[in-house]
Amino acid sequence: MTVLSVPMAEAGPAGISRRTRVLRRLRRNPLAVVSFVVLALAAVVALLSPWIAPHDVQQTDFAHTFSPPGTPGHLLGTDDLGRDVLSRIMLGARASLLVALLAVATSLIIGVPLGLAAGYFRSWDAVISRFTDLLLAFPFLIMAVGLAAIRGASLTNAAVAIGIAQIPGVIRVVRSDTLRLKALDFVAAAVVDGASDLWVLAKHVLPNATSVILVQATVAIPAAILGEAVLSFLGLGIQPPAPSLGTMLASAQQFAARAPWAAVLPGVVIMGLALAFNVFGDALRDALDPKGDRR
Amino acid sequence: MARYLLTRAWHSALTLLLSTVVVFLGVRALPGDPALALAGEDRSPEALEAIRHHYGLDQPLPIQFAQYVGRVAQGDFGVSIRTGIPVSSMLTTALPVTVELSLLAILLAAALGVGAGVLAAVRRGRPAEWLANGLALVGLSVPHFWLGLLAILYLSVAAGLFPASGFVPLLQDPAGNLHHIVLPAVILGTGLAAIIMRQTRSAMLEALSSDHVRTAKAKGLRPRAVITRHALRNSLIVVVTIVGLQLGGLISGAVVTEQIFGLPGFGKMTIDAVFQRDYPVIQAVVLLTATAYIVINFLVDLLYSVIDPRIRVTGEPA
Amino acid sequence: MTTVERAAASSAAVGTPVLDVRDLSVSFTTEGGTVSAVDRVNLDLASGEIVGMVGESGCGKSVTAMSIAGLLPDSARVSGSVRLEGTELVGARESVLRRVRGKEIAYIFQEPMTSLNPVLTVGRQIGEVLQVHERMSKRAARARAVELLSLVGIPSAAKRVDNYPHQLSGGMRQRVMIAMAVACGPKVLVADEPTTALDVTVQAGILQVLRDLRDRLGTTILVITHDLGVIADIADRVVVMYAGRVVEQAPVTDLFAHPYHRYTAGLLAASPTPGKHAGTERLQEIPGLVPVLSIQPDACTFADRCPAADARCREAAPPLEAVGTAVTDHLAACWHPCPAPRTQPQETTA
Repeated sequence: MTVLSVPMAEAGPAGISRRTRVLRRLRRNPLAVVSFVVLALAAVVALLSPWIAPHDVQQTDFAHTFSPPGTPGHLLGTDDLGRDVLSRIMLGARASLLVALLAVATSLIIGVPLGLAAGYFRSWDAVISRFTDLLLAFPFLIMAVGLAAIRGASLTNAAVAIGIAQIPGVIRVVRSDTLRLKALDFVAAAVVDGASDLWVLAKHVLPNATSVILVQATVAIPAAILGEAVLSFLGLGIQPPAPSLGTMLASAQQFAARAPWAAVLPGVVIMGLALAFNVFGDALRDALDPKGDRR
Repeated sequence: MARYLLTRAWHSALTLLLSTVVVFLGVRALPGDPALALAGEDRSPEALEAIRHHYGLDQPLPIQFAQYVGRVAQGDFGVSIRTGIPVSSMLTTALPVTVELSLLAILLAAALGVGAGVLAAVRRGRPAEWLANGLALVGLSVPHFWLGLLAILYLSVAAGLFPASGFVPLLQDPAGNLHHIVLPAVILGTGLAAIIMRQTRSAMLEALSSDHVRTAKAKGLRPRAVITRHALRNSLIVVVTIVGLQLGGLISGAVVTEQIFGLPGFGKMTIDAVFQRDYPVIQAVVLLTATAYIVINFLVDLLYSVIDPRIRVTGEPA
Repeated sequence: MTTVERAAASSAAVGTPVLDVRDLSVSFTTEGGTVSAVDRVNLDLASGEIVGMVGESGCGKSVTAMSIAGLLPDSARVSGSVRLEGTELVGARESVLRRVRGKEIAYIFQEPMTSLNPVLTVGRQIGEVLQVHERMSKRAARARAVELLSLVGIPSAAKRVDNYPHQLSGGMRQRVMIAMAVACGPKVLVADEPTTALDVTVQAGILQVLRDLRDRLGTTILVITHDLGVIADIADRVVVMYAGRVVEQAPVTDLFAHPYHRYTAGLLAASPTPGKHAGTERLQEIPGLVPVLSIQPDACTFADRCPAADARCREAAPPLEAVGTAVTDHLAACWHPCPAPRTQPQETTA
């Protein structure tokens, strides 16, 4: 994960020490360390899964359907078609993370500029607020339903629907941070010095808004992971037979009584990933909180 | 206050108009001939022509939009391609289920979330806070449809405590209705409860360290009075707003929950429609969701102004 | 001055002070270790006396005030003694402290905007104190709230009682705070920066209300401020705090006439005196910054900023001792007190 290497500039000479202080606080928080390790492992597995998965995820084996976990060669058992559950979970997690990253990237690419504009230019604020209201009126699942109706269900459409639904949240935090920064002396000084608006936004506002954007991203990713699972479960996301944690649960629903592991394990993985992100996000927010310094 | 409400009403109306435009344009963007989509079984050229004329598809877009709004305002969402039943009557049967499910979920989530949030804030740094925080994190991270699957698997099928699926209308058999709907409502409420808990906790922590709570303590009030009258009341304003904003998530959640528990609500109707390419139904669902979201958030704003006197009486000279 | 005489007289007559603070120390546990905020402070308030406590922000005056009725957060460690008419309050049970707060010792805070609950009417907030301590009914408490509002000079009190704080001006809100504080006729009123957030014209009105309370009800008042103007206007006696310690203590005219502690002298030189400077003379500033509060028992905390500091000042903390003529009850903690009066005695008190 590259989360830790994002530069976090802040006003004044405290810039470097602030970053070191945040990192030190994270290192001292056992929850942060554990969740970070979990996420790093998950990232490695997800990246390498096409090569390290023990079996071909599509390969059916009707002689060995519903093998329980612990079966030789199938550590986590097999499903109704005799496919290896471990391999499918590994590739499913990869797909989950991919959709989540795509979704969050979409929301940031659209949301950050709009949030900056809404906070910086008074005249844009009202228009962007109406746009935000409009987006909020379409919950991600309804958005996905609409997109699926128009363009068909797919991984991309799932990511786009989730991403669009996350835009209002990004706009909100970036807007309020921009308003805060705009009121600070060093930004005001740059404006007085005659710096152009774009320059001020790019040089002074955006770098200092990085930390709130980072925190927003760490809470958006687990939400996106859950969103992807829901959409795939309903058949609005990744299409079978491609492995996805959501579709695995959907098919496991049919034979859950016979092979409960197939219904339990993918859910545990989804929850573990989301939990690790949420825990790390909380720790990051605490570490970034300047109030943490005071008593 | 009047001015605040007028502004909010105007914004809501504008958003409603814009979302109608979006849905209208979305329908135009559907693949294929909309007349074909609306035709259902009878696809003869004459029938298509009649449909085009009836729905004004031969008119310019703005006129089509005006006609569309007119029809929708009368509750005419067209006829389901699959069943031939008017979409409005499908909604009449499906909506009560979803509304009941959602209200029950909100109620449970609010009770649990506010209670745990207050507890976590008041018992700061003690085991109770850790437990509440941990549960909230899990509630936030667990895919609730999976929780639903497990609940069916272990509580309904294996233990036989609840019916695994199906529904009895409330008016027909209230006890049976509750028996069918309580488990889905709990499952649907988990995520919301976690969000409400976290918001309540941070709002309470902020309120508890505020100047007016310090005043309340300096007055010699009991901790209970300080917490309920001076901290919680102010925190509830935040919670009400959160419930309004989380409505979208709740609607999404209701769709999945109904699907898992086989509740014949709005969500099940939606998913069935997507796979049957039942465009009139999808269109009605999307428009209705947006309308519900906008209207309910306007009501939340009204409620907000009732709770918070700063909004209720603005403009009055000091 | 009559005020001084009265203070001296009452103190002599009563014998024991209403509030007696001995060796009060407060420290906080933080991420960076233990920080001392208040270091062995002594303070006594005689009945009907107005004592001003002055110092820069962060000198520990507010912490001292809050610790009197045990209002500090749990992270604070308080030692020493605070006696209210003989009853020990440090380490007392919460139930005891609750009966003291609002009834025996009442507070007024700096920010009248945020110190009142925005979602309750002012009548309700005043009535609450009476309901708790005097067991009044809601109706009776409301009627009493109206009386209290007119007592503190709020016009058309019967209407204002149903207002919310945001409907009132800053000065009005502070009057509401005062009404709330004096509702149960407290023995001691602690006013923490009561006028800092207010306009100068409003300030005078608030100070007048406080003075009236003392004159009419005999309330003992501790006014905490960084504003020497407020001290000169209202206080009978002054306590100067610096970096968690009391550095000087004197009747108000004595202090203004002849500050002994170098810090007090600097403080006086840094504030404008009407007529004297008349825009020609520069105000002096005290060089350096207030030190980060940490326990340093073996030195004068002002040594690093003091023009007269020598090795002794860095080796031992000076005790608070009588200086000048004993009659005036003037104490200072300084190894090298100012030798001669800084300015000629002048009419500073009200």
